[in-house]
Amino acid sequence: MRRRHFLTLSTATVGGLLVYTLDRKPIRAHAQSRKIRVPLKFFNEREAFVIAAAAGRILPSDSTGPGATEAGVIIYIDRQLASPFGRDVNRYTQPPFEEGVPEQGYQGKATPREVYREGLALLGRDFDRLTPEEQDAKLRSIETTWFFRLLRQNTIEGMFCDPMHGGNADLIGWQMIGYPGPYMSWADHIDQHYGKSFRPAPKSLGDVLGRQVKPWEDEV
Amino acid sequence: MKTLPRADVAIVGGGWAGLLMAKELGARTGLSIVVLERGRPRKTSDYTDGMDELDYAIRLRMMQVAAKETVTFRHTPKDRALPIRQFASFLPGTGVGGSGEHWTGIVPRFLPDSFEIHTRTVERYGAKRLPENHSIQDWGITYAELEPFYTRAERLLGVSGKAGADPYEGPRSAEYPTPPLKMGYFPSMFVTAARSLGYHPAPTPSANISTPYRNPDGVIRPACQYCGYCQRFGCMVGAKAQPSNTLLPVIARQKGVSIRTGADVRRLLYKGGKVTGVSYRDAAGEEIVQPADLVMLASWTLNNTRLLLLSKIGEPFDSATGKGHVGRNLTHQSQSRAVTLFFDRPLNRFMGGGANGVHIRDLDGDFFDHGPLDFLRGAFITAHALGYAPIANFGVVPPSVKTTWGSAWKKAAIEAFDCTANLGISGEHLAYRSNYLDLDPTYRDQHGDPLLRMTMDWNDNERNMIRYLSAKMAEVGRAMGAREVVTPPLPGHYDVLTYKSTHLQGGAIMGTSPAVSVVNTWLQHWQVPNLFVLGGSAFPQNASGNPTLTILALTLRTADAIVDRYVKQPGPLA
Repeated sequence: MRRRHFLTLSTATVGGLLVYTLDRKPIRAHAQSRKIRVPLKFFNEREAFVIAAAAGRILPSDSTGPGATEAGVIIYIDRQLASPFGRDVNRYTQPPFEEGVPEQGYQGKATPREVYREGLALLGRDFDRLTPEEQDAKLRSIETTWFFRLLRQNTIEGMFCDPMHGGNADLIGWQMIGYPGPYMSWADHIDQHYGKSFRPAPKSLGDVLGRQVKPWEDEV
Repeated sequence: MKTLPRADVAIVGGGWAGLLMAKELGARTGLSIVVLERGRPRKTSDYTDGMDELDYAIRLRMMQVAAKETVTFRHTPKDRALPIRQFASFLPGTGVGGSGEHWTGIVPRFLPDSFEIHTRTVERYGAKRLPENHSIQDWGITYAELEPFYTRAERLLGVSGKAGADPYEGPRSAEYPTPPLKMGYFPSMFVTAARSLGYHPAPTPSANISTPYRNPDGVIRPACQYCGYCQRFGCMVGAKAQPSNTLLPVIARQKGVSIRTGADVRRLLYKGGKVTGVSYRDAAGEEIVQPADLVMLASWTLNNTRLLLLSKIGEPFDSATGKGHVGRNLTHQSQSRAVTLFFDRPLNRFMGGGANGVHIRDLDGDFFDHGPLDFLRGAFITAHALGYAPIANFGVVPPSVKTTWGSAWKKAAIEAFDCTANLGISGEHLAYRSNYLDLDPTYRDQHGDPLLRMTMDWNDNERNMIRYLSAKMAEVGRAMGAREVVTPPLPGHYDVLTYKSTHLQGGAIMGTSPAVSVVNTWLQHWQVPNLFVLGGSAFPQNASGNPTLTILALTLRTADAIVDRYVKQPGPLA
């Protein structure tokens, strides 16, 4: 049995935003509560800080808006790695594993969990304590690795997924790009607003349906 | 091993072709019909919960799981084939309805001359213009013969469109069942620009219907809501025709038809020139024999071919000698993106549907003179309001942005997110002797059966066509007022990484004689008259536009032949 790990985040880090925990009971981080503890399913807390810091350089919090940190991308990645995706349940993983030409696609044996383990070793135990410039230099040095490509893809997923998956907290990813989410109908709008921005307030699938939906990672 | 009571008809695969055949035979004969579907049941009400890009469009929750069964791929017979470990280039479906549940629903008729491509090309340009190593051949059927079945298929789906809007469309005996969909901003810009350059944009025929519609079976479906959750999703209101909302309501009332899910067919049973049934593994892992008098393979292009090869029915194609037919004339489609356009205005592109927009066929088929050009044929070109989702589309930036992560990239990606769109190309892919299917000697599926092996690469005709069409569409993009127009790199070699379409054709092709084909034009096996092979596997080559309407039309034509002739006197129809 895995020892229980938590990610302790200060409210300054999450900016008072809604954070989804791993059992999807939202915790509202109040101004008074200085810290919240999010249970981790795959990483330990140190690892989570390292991956969160790396994701935070791919989509940084800056003048154009919030980034991976505020969206809770680390919580998304932790849950994905704990799920069948992390174990590569759906990928064809029968041997022999041979190196092919690039057009034959990823032929590696490593599962996403193993790729992240390799990535943690590449980043080093104290990656999150480096300066942003040092972090960027480190990431540039591993840009061509499979780990970096997977981390970049997973960071985008965690930024813009439906919040039921643990990322896109408070829909900040969708707000940032003007994506409204899964509304049931645009029939009155599709041929309107030509050339003008039309920006309905974002809604999650749970908001639209008025009930929670079970994401795939929670199915065995 | 358990042997079940005999059925009159066993249909392998519960997608568009298999379920349409079941519905037709169920309505018009007293036969007992069992549809064997390896996947799970589905219903329209599943799809509201499925409006989630991550699970459905990225992780492909409704589709075939590669871990269970995939295909191997190599460029040439000299290369070593390796498994496609995760699907990307094309996305096979599974479950009741098959990929017909999460398809896009673009349903053009093929151009009349597509069916006679060899004859017409030689007539106009001479045999010397056919590419070296080609295996282009006529279908053995004409557009005129298929036209009534196109009309029936359109009425089944309620296809939206406008007769006469596309001057290149073949003659039609009837108006489209429903009028064109409403037009989004991006297609509307394309219409203006394309007309100014002399093209003829027309509403894309769409299985998303524009108004409520009652089809000839009495099935009523509502109008499209333009929600954007179309391609890779099931339609939550049932406006996009899917087997679950168009065929299952009828089949549910038919006493003769049963659908058995979790039935993974592994072999056709073949004895003395006839198939005697099929064997499958059920969800509990038990081997079951289903005897049947008539067997229909309708398990998609690749699996139809694989089951013929695994069951040792017909002579496998040998690329070295050119002998044998099973597995030959594998075709895909040339490209899915013509140009990427960056505008300085928002497009509100979250709205729409996969088949919501316009197309041109001015550069399709042989409507422009290929005499001075270095390729044959052309493409169905589209400007659609697709309903862009954020994970797949965030991060497309102009080429002036050199980074793919960090602040500068993020800023450019946010600015570009709602100001970017593509023109789509469905380029005709000719048949070559070097592109084919056989069984892989190394890799196996979950049951231990050999995987299918794809040998395929692009040739100059595809590359030259894309170069020419991308340049033409770049002109249209500039006329649309795009700030930047980016043409994609030319395809070098075929790759399994980028999505093209799920339009794979060939492997069990149709024709007028057993010397050139696996099945006759009734899709009946030449050597095994109680075996029919339905679907895109019968297409001698890809024909630019999306294949499903033609698959449905051919299935209806076969159903008529079975009801009118075969049932009365089983035996060869041709």
